[in-house]
Amino acid sequence: MNYDEDDRKILKLLQGDLPVESRPFRELAQAMNLSEEDIIDRVQNLQQKGTIRRWGAVLRHQQAGFTANAMVAWKVGAEQGDEAGNIMAGFKEISHCYLREVPDEFGYNMFSMIHARSDQELRELIDKVLEQTGLTDYIVIKSLRELKKASMEYIRGED
Amino acid sequence: MYILDDKDRSILDLLQNDFPLAVQPYLEMANRIGLEEEELLSRIAEMKAKGLIRRIGGIIDSRNIGFYSTLCALTVSEARIETVAATINQLPGVTHNYLRDHDYNMWFTLTAPSRDDALKTLQELEILLGLTIMKMPAQKVFKIKVSFDMGVSNEL
Repeated sequence: MNYDEDDRKILKLLQGDLPVESRPFRELAQAMNLSEEDIIDRVQNLQQKGTIRRWGAVLRHQQAGFTANAMVAWKVGAEQGDEAGNIMAGFKEISHCYLREVPDEFGYNMFSMIHARSDQELRELIDKVLEQTGLTDYIVIKSLRELKKASMEYIRGED
Repeated sequence: MYILDDKDRSILDLLQNDFPLAVQPYLEMANRIGLEEEELLSRIAEMKAKGLIRRIGGIIDSRNIGFYSTLCALTVSEARIETVAATINQLPGVTHNYLRDHDYNMWFTLTAPSRDDALKTLQELEILLGLTIMKMPAQKVFKIKVSFDMGVSNEL
């Protein structure tokens, strides 16, 4: 593992929801017998090591004006993957882009999450991606209903 | 409909993209935006209560701590959607599950401490449900971004 016991306690708090109060680390620091500055040093260190990828607020984007959100899956050949992935990564409306290992009979191996404010904007974005990447085969896999959305609890159990 | 004003939008931008790592992060933010800390805290509490802010914390990189995750999809008949979803959703490693408009109509992500754990869980799930699950682990990540530009619209 990439972290020690104190880090584990910090990660356990950070993977959840920090209290919205003037000194959000105070309670944890007291429980751990550390200063708030110590906690912050450790968080900084965990960020540098890449254990914490991002720090701050997570919004519920469907409520933040992005109503036409779609998962779009593209068929990408072995030699096209990097170029297409890098082009898609450059779009600010694309939040996630992964090349995935998929069964041959499915074949759509590059996945992107596109966030648009209307269906028309979504279509325009897809057209732009097609034009810039030269890809031709894709499917839009729209979400009909959210069945579960939670933050991963990596660290479980009591302290 | 909750209308955001300019201050709310500045708050959301900072909270997402430049949240200070400090003993008193909200005091620093308040000074930058030109608000009293107390007002900032109550605006954030309000946006959380309204469901706009899901949480404030850290996003852990699952690969960095050795975890394995995979996107999964399966075809579920209309009549079984609720019970199958309940079975899948009770797994703590399932963080997202969506009903989608495709022959594969249920798409979820599973994160587990190792590849073996994940495959074992999925195998057990397939036996329990009597359904085949398509597994699509990431080969290469080109982008993961979870912040949004708040500048364009103020309507929620």
